[in-house]
This record gives sequence, C-alpha cells and structure tokens, in this order.
Amino acid sequence: MKPTLPLEELMSPGHLACQGCGAGIAMRTTLKALGRDTMFTFPACCWTVIDGPFPYSCLEVPLLHMAFEATAATAAGIKAAMNALGKDKTTICGWAGDGGTFDIGLQALSGAAERNDDIFYFCYDNEAYMNTGIQRSGATPYGAWTTTTPVKHFKKEVKKSIDDIVAAHKPPYQATASVAYPEDLYKKLIKAKDIRGFKFIHIISPCPPGWKARPEDTVKLARLAVQTGIFPVYEVEAGKYAQTMKTPNRKPVLEYLKLQGRFKHLKEDDVAEIQRIVDARYAELEKRFQGC
Amino acid sequence: MKKVMMGNHAISHGATLSRVQVIAAYPITPQTQVVELLSEIVADQKLKAEFIKVESEHSAMAACIGASSAGARAFTATSAQGLALMHELLHWAAGARLPIVMADINRAMAPPWTIWTDQNDSLSQRDTGWMQFYCQSNQEVLDSVIMAYKVAEKVLMPVMIVLDAFSLSHTYEIVDLPDQALVDTYLPPFDYKYKLNVNDPHTYGGLTTPDWYMEFRVKMQEAMEQALGIIKKEAVEFEKTFGRRYDPVEPYMVDDADIVLVTSGTAASTARFAVDQMRKKGKKVGNLRMRLLRPFPFADVREHLKNARKVVIVDRNISYGYHGIWAQEVKSALYGHSKVPVFNFIAGLGGRDIFPETYIDIVNQVKKMKKPDQELYWVEVKR
Repeated sequence: MKPTLPLEELMSPGHLACQGCGAGIAMRTTLKALGRDTMFTFPACCWTVIDGPFPYSCLEVPLLHMAFEATAATAAGIKAAMNALGKDKTTICGWAGDGGTFDIGLQALSGAAERNDDIFYFCYDNEAYMNTGIQRSGATPYGAWTTTTPVKHFKKEVKKSIDDIVAAHKPPYQATASVAYPEDLYKKLIKAKDIRGFKFIHIISPCPPGWKARPEDTVKLARLAVQTGIFPVYEVEAGKYAQTMKTPNRKPVLEYLKLQGRFKHLKEDDVAEIQRIVDARYAELEKRFQGC
Repeated sequence: MKKVMMGNHAISHGATLSRVQVIAAYPITPQTQVVELLSEIVADQKLKAEFIKVESEHSAMAACIGASSAGARAFTATSAQGLALMHELLHWAAGARLPIVMADINRAMAPPWTIWTDQNDSLSQRDTGWMQFYCQSNQEVLDSVIMAYKVAEKVLMPVMIVLDAFSLSHTYEIVDLPDQALVDTYLPPFDYKYKLNVNDPHTYGGLTTPDWYMEFRVKMQEAMEQALGIIKKEAVEFEKTFGRRYDPVEPYMVDDADIVLVTSGTAASTARFAVDQMRKKGKKVGNLRMRLLRPFPFADVREHLKNARKVVIVDRNISYGYHGIWAQEVKSALYGHSKVPVFNFIAGLGGRDIFPETYIDIVNQVKKMKKPDQELYWVEVKR
C-alpha cells in the first residue's frame, strides 16, 4: 500500500502530550506538509508543555516561545525579518490554542489578517483553556461543562465563530480541518504553502482529559465532529467556499455528545438545543458551499 | 551635515543611520513624528527595512521580538500608555536577550488624561531588564540610538532611549547628522549567533523548571554589569569617531559644590543654567545629570557626590508612598558610602515647567536646613 502522507517525521515521539491528544496529531501532520524550511512561534498553550521542558524540544524546526496574546504579531515580525534578510521562502507559522486565538490573541490575529501578513496562523482548537485546567473559552460550545462552567451552570453561550471573524478580513486562504482527516489537512497545507498572504487554519483537536473522553476515542470524536456537522470541514480560497469533507447524511449530534463526559449532564431538551444550533449553522454554511 | 530638527526626527534619523531592518510601531502622541518620518524613509526606499504598522504597542514589541529573534535589527518607539501596554513584552525582550532598541518619549501616565512630560512611564519599567539612557538634547538622542545598538548587540540586552515629551520631542535644535559611512565604521551589521535558523533548529524560551531558571537570570545580571563597562568604553569610541561624548553621568561643577542638584532629562540642562546663575552670586552649587538608569552607575554617582555637603535630587516622577524614583536609586548607591544628607524634591509632573528659578528656590530652601525634615518636598504645588 502506498502511504498517503510523507514518512519523514519532524516531531519526535518524546513529547509531553497527554494520551490521545489531538493537538499532537495536528502538529505531526502539519510538519509533514510544511517540511524543514519552516519556523514556529507558540504562545502560552498546551504546546508550550508538549514541546518538552528546557533544554529539550520534540520539534526539528526552529521554535520561538512567546507570550499569550502575541502569536500573530510575533510571526509577522519573524516574517519581516526573513524578508529583510533575503530569506523570504521560509514558511513562518503562528501556532496557538483556542484561548490564544478566539480570546486573548484575537486583536493581534485581526491585525495580521488585515495587513495580510504572509504567515500561517494555526489554531488547534480543544475548546477550552486545557493547559490551565479546563476553563471555558470563547471556543467552548454550548452545553459543555468546564471548571468555570460547572454542571449546574453549564455553558449557555454558543461557540464564537472565529472562522467568520477571520473570513471578514478576506484572507487569501483559510480552512478548517479535523485531526481525523490528516490527508485533507495535508492537501490544504500543500496548496496554501504557495499562497502569499495570510493563511488561517483551524483544526478541531479533541482533548481526552478536558472533554472527559477516552484517549482511544480521539480520532472517532474528531470524525464525528465532522459527520454530525458540529465542525464542518471546508476551505475558503479568495472568498470561495468549498466543503472538502462532504457530509450528505449528517449524524445526530447525540452520537458525538454521548462519548464525552463534559456533556453527560445534558437533558434531552439541551441536546435538542445543540442540534438546533448545529443545524442552523450548517444551513448557513451550506449556502456558502453552494455559492449563494 | 548640520540640520535643524525636532527630537522625534532625531530618533528617526538615528534609526535610519543604524540601518534598522524591521520597524514595528503604533502611533501615540507625542511619539508620532518618529514613525511618520520613518515610514516615509522606508517607503522612499532610503532605508532597506520592513515597516509593520501594527494594531497596538503590544504587537509592536511582539513583532520586534520576532524580528530580532530571526536576526534582524529591530526598532520601535512609544510613550506612556503604549509603553505600559508593552510591559509584559519588555520582560520578554530582555529575558529572551534580544538587542532591540526603542525610544520612549516620556509622557505622564493617565488618568487624568495628559500628553505632557514626566518620567513615570519609563521609570515604571525599571525592573524589566532594559537599559535606559535619559537624553537632554536632540543630538544626544540621535547619537544614543546608534550607540544603543552597539552596546545592546554586544551584551544582548535591549535599550530604551528616553526623552521628554515636547521639551525635547517637539523642540527644534541644531543636530549634526553623521555621515552614513562613519556610522557604518562604528556600528557593524547585526550578526546574531542565536537567531532562528532552519539549518540549525533550536527552541527558545521553553518551559524551564526551578533547576535552570535562576541560571538564565544570573546571566542577565552579568550582562548588565558587563554593559556598564561597555558603555564607558563606547563613550570613548564614540567620541573618537564622532567627536561627541556621553558618559553614564554628567557632572557639572560638582567638585567644590556644597549643594549638588541631581537631575535627568531636559530638566538637567535647566539645572545647569541655574547653577551658572547661582555660581555668579557666589553660591557653590553643582549639577549631576543622570544619563543611565540601568545599568546603574554606582561608582560614578559615589565619586561625583563625595565632596557634596548636601545632595538634592529633583525627581520628575514619583513612587507613591515612597520617594521620587531617582532619589531611591541615588540614596541606595550612597548608603554605607556617604553620610551626606539627601533631599528629594518632586517637580514638573505632567509637563509643568521646571524653570531655573525652580532650582534657585529649591537651593534656598535646602540652605536653611541641616538635614531633611520630610521624606520629600513638593515643588510649586497647589493645595
């Protein structure tokens, strides 16, 4: 059988990710697509830890750790320096979690997107502040338990639509992806690598400890997120939407929710509410996929 | 070539002559002309640099950190609220050992809203690991930018060039613009050994346990101690190249002075003028201008204040519930080395003018006292 992804690994196995960490799969796949001529900057996020403590690193590319809210601006600075030094072919990436993207890093993200800085901005989205111990973020979905949205007062606000916020900046390329479909992510990155300007990649990355799910269910959950329509996988190239993982027969959201302890307190009505939210969002996106 | 220019443009020319490669900046009064002129110079391709017009000062410093980490000479300028917003990243730039140079136009902190000068913005950043050079003329501002890169890149610590809002930033003075070729002989290109490099990949700034954190910090302190010697050496080198000299402190008639006024920024040149007037009337008064806040020039301060019978520190800043900040610094340097009484006066906050008469009044007040009977004295304040 011919492998569907390059065999070369730029992320070594001695990392500190939890069992079944989606963010680990996201990075591993990303590096396969971007290769060695790539630099990263990370804000405070799970990957601050996953990379390994000083003096260790599990990545075979240069990495600059940075403050929480500064990812996009830092990547823009690295890119400007590489341009000034005549090394403009190197791919420069900001790599942040959902807190660093949806919340504290949103301003810098918007600035870089508006300036159309020639960088990749990755958000690996595990839907809460997982590194600090599972506090709600703007990416936490309706209905979820977190330590700051306890069961009695589970999260009542709908997940912020970061993709629409970024889309409003009209970047040359943006995409969503799921760690269950690495070939899809790979293909998107190979294409985007040659596009100059701001590129936003949003990857749903299940978190077994934070989602109260079994580590062996990570890929299953990442797949169900797509199949239920909770996390539609698509790309937007120069404003044109295309659904890259089609879901003609969407599964009920319950199939996704019931595998996760963070939703176990939900009553039938709550699940129905989530189904309604997902259906409405999906219908909205479907129009864009059809180009209307 | 001599030109008449405002302090802000002296900064822009200093950065241009230093051949900065990445500029990231956000506008704030009274800094705007610095970046306006630089954006024009870059757009006209008179300077080969990338200018990132960021959406905040926090992002300005973040972009400088990214650029410097990748091996480019990085520059920014800000003031007051903007500097405060950068605070987190000032620690980051120094902790990451990046030789970034920035200009801070001293503007008082709000509220109430103000745009005029005092030093609380920059002095609040005392413990971030940035060197701070306080300037008193536009020539010194321009020269200091060039010298700052030389020093910063030798010890791998960042430098803040500090100048007063309006009384320097918007004041026009004659400035000698050095030839580019001369600057190039003094300041070689930035060659950063630890830059991000895909052919030799490393991780910088990663999670560090108590086993290693202190080892990073002792190196920062050593770098700052080393910087003091380099600044003194560079004062000589700079004078050899350009004919102008900037020492860590600038004494004026201190050797036989009974009373020495310790001042900084433009308030120092006024103090010198006042000293001349008082000397004409036979009063033995001198002035010690503080140029360096960090690294702190302990030995120079002790040396130049050793003959004084009274030391009077006039602070254009205050640490609420304590003294003026220069007073704390100078007193701490003198402790155990001198028994001279130290008086602290707070003057000129929020841009209120400090006149020669202000100093004359202060000296007259101090002459009546053997030692201070209060921790600090407010000058010309309405109550």
